[in-house]
Amino acid sequence: MVLKSKQAKVTGLIIGIIMLLFSMCASIVYGYTDTSWKMAYETFTTFNGSNEHIIIETIRLPRALIAASVGASLGIAGALMQALTKNPLASPGIFGVNAGAGFFIVAAVSIFSINSLQAFTWVAFVGAAFAAFLVYFIGSLGREGLTPMKLTLAGAAMAAMFSSFTQGLLVIDEMALDQVLFWLAGSIQGRKLEMLTSVLPYLGVAWIASLLLANKINILSMGEDVAKGLGQRTGTVKLLTAITIILLAGGAVAVAGPIGFIGIVIPHLVRALVGNDHRWILPFCGILGGILLLIADISARYIVMPEEVPVGVMTALIGTPFFIYVARKGFRKA
Amino acid sequence: MKKYKSLRIGKSGAISFLIDKKALLTILILIAVAIILFLVSTGLGEMKIDPITVVKTLFGYGTRMEQLVVTSFRLPRIIIAFLVGMALAAAGSILQGMIRNPLASPDILGITGGASVAVVAFLAVFSNSSNALTVSVKWMPVAAFLGATVIAFLVYILAWKNGVTPIRLVLIGIGVSALTQALTTTFMVMGPIYQASQANIWITGTVNGSTWANVHILSPVVLILLILCIMLARNLNIQELGEELATGVGSAVQKQRFILLLAATALTGSAVAFAGGIGFVGLMAPHMARRLVGSAFGALLPTAALLGGILVMLADLIGRTVFSPIEVPAGVFTAAIGAPYFIYLLYKSRNS
Repeated sequence: MVLKSKQAKVTGLIIGIIMLLFSMCASIVYGYTDTSWKMAYETFTTFNGSNEHIIIETIRLPRALIAASVGASLGIAGALMQALTKNPLASPGIFGVNAGAGFFIVAAVSIFSINSLQAFTWVAFVGAAFAAFLVYFIGSLGREGLTPMKLTLAGAAMAAMFSSFTQGLLVIDEMALDQVLFWLAGSIQGRKLEMLTSVLPYLGVAWIASLLLANKINILSMGEDVAKGLGQRTGTVKLLTAITIILLAGGAVAVAGPIGFIGIVIPHLVRALVGNDHRWILPFCGILGGILLLIADISARYIVMPEEVPVGVMTALIGTPFFIYVARKGFRKA
Repeated sequence: MKKYKSLRIGKSGAISFLIDKKALLTILILIAVAIILFLVSTGLGEMKIDPITVVKTLFGYGTRMEQLVVTSFRLPRIIIAFLVGMALAAAGSILQGMIRNPLASPDILGITGGASVAVVAFLAVFSNSSNALTVSVKWMPVAAFLGATVIAFLVYILAWKNGVTPIRLVLIGIGVSALTQALTTTFMVMGPIYQASQANIWITGTVNGSTWANVHILSPVVLILLILCIMLARNLNIQELGEELATGVGSAVQKQRFILLLAATALTGSAVAFAGGIGFVGLMAPHMARRLVGSAFGALLPTAALLGGILVMLADLIGRTVFSPIEVPAGVFTAAIGAPYFIYLLYKSRNS
């Protein structure tokens, strides 16, 4: 725990917010088309319709906003999942939530010919929820109940199943492949602002809900029996947390496709920073998650200029070493 | 009543087996099923040929048309399907025994994922501007095999910390396979769409387009590896007792673990190289086999291998006939059968 006192934490939070804003600005300014900080400023004060201004307004700005909110949602979702399942490796990607949403979207496109953004969002939500419940249910079968190992394996197996089905559908329907490949890669490139605004209400509700739940989660993480002894209705808290996770993960995946590893990396970093109090963990996760995705997105533009690497790949590259580190460290210490 | 019959080879019984009579019967029945399925599958398709004619054709007494269809089009892919199924199922049995978790399989350890990356990278690197490959497609299996091996070793090395524990192996495998998935998608997105769909078919797993040349390479590899695995079976029996017990009875646990992992990787790698990532066979077949013959590996391995072969042949048969003229990759059907079976397994074993 680096930030011990309350003041240090508040300062940390403020610095985090400033860094988040700074990364958003950087995301607006840097990229294939040359723009400067001044130009970005002018776009919002004296818009003159030049190429650069249009790029900033219609491409870069939505992209920065989407990166920030998707990153924040994934970070918080990861922290909540890890608290709920007591599994340090829990995250939307590993638990098959992303794969479930992906399968539902591909099924919607290829079987029911759905292609409106609003419908995409709902379909992704349903898929994420379905996969999450399935994995949770399968993982908790058995006498010893929900063990981290079983949950992880169930998640991996369900993810394998969903991605097999997705690929099967795509093989049969090549047209659909063309439509959804960009989505399946996990990218925030070329997303319109409407895609964000259609899910933002859900994300917003979930952000607030997670902050309200923080205290209850602190109690729950002391163990089910203790929480019950303290008079908590653990069932309700768990259910609410699960719904929040689904809103966050489903919303994020609906906008940006499956972006992995943020949900693992961020909560661990944050716990190292602020300790185990979820009232601090959750806001920090949101802010750092946003920053991580923004930075990953900016670097994704520069690796194979002029083309772009999907940002999901960048987060995987950053996240896998981290995942391996956590896995090697083992379950007990976390 | 004697359930077992002992068999000793060599003077002092250098190689000895206890043969489970019931298991032997099961294996014989499975061989019969496999042969029947083989004949039926060879006969079905665009042009239907009845099994008896198939047998005739196999011995060279069919019409020229039948000869062509059977020997050039159908036989190679059906044989490949069978071999691939056997290899995956054997690899799955080894991994499940070694990791002592019924949910382990080559897919989960990331071995299949490694092969996928290698293939997609191969397609991306060796194709020119007009989407044609610049080197022979024959090299694709080599790439897949290399990919599988590299990832398996990577997982093994990363999981090493005063020895390898099964749980760490699985967790690291899951992490690494997420990485391989991300890399696969990158190559697919960056390449042309035609190539993406090619790669996609391959990743899902299909035996379409198998040739006799493939059969000539794959069959000796799989057969030799299978025999080796059956010889390793007794090590596996001990491994399944757990680390402490295995060490206690004098088994070199880490060394055997490494050899077993090597065998499983070689099997998976060669299967994936020729048929792509056919999923869930490595998970499903060993379980079915355990139901039939119990969990002694001497009997389990051949039973699982046969079941795996039958499963993939069946999946391929369904894939190329039911939705004709569209051909659905066999991997879709193995997943369609495998996933519900997996849930059923978890449900059944909930109290054990």
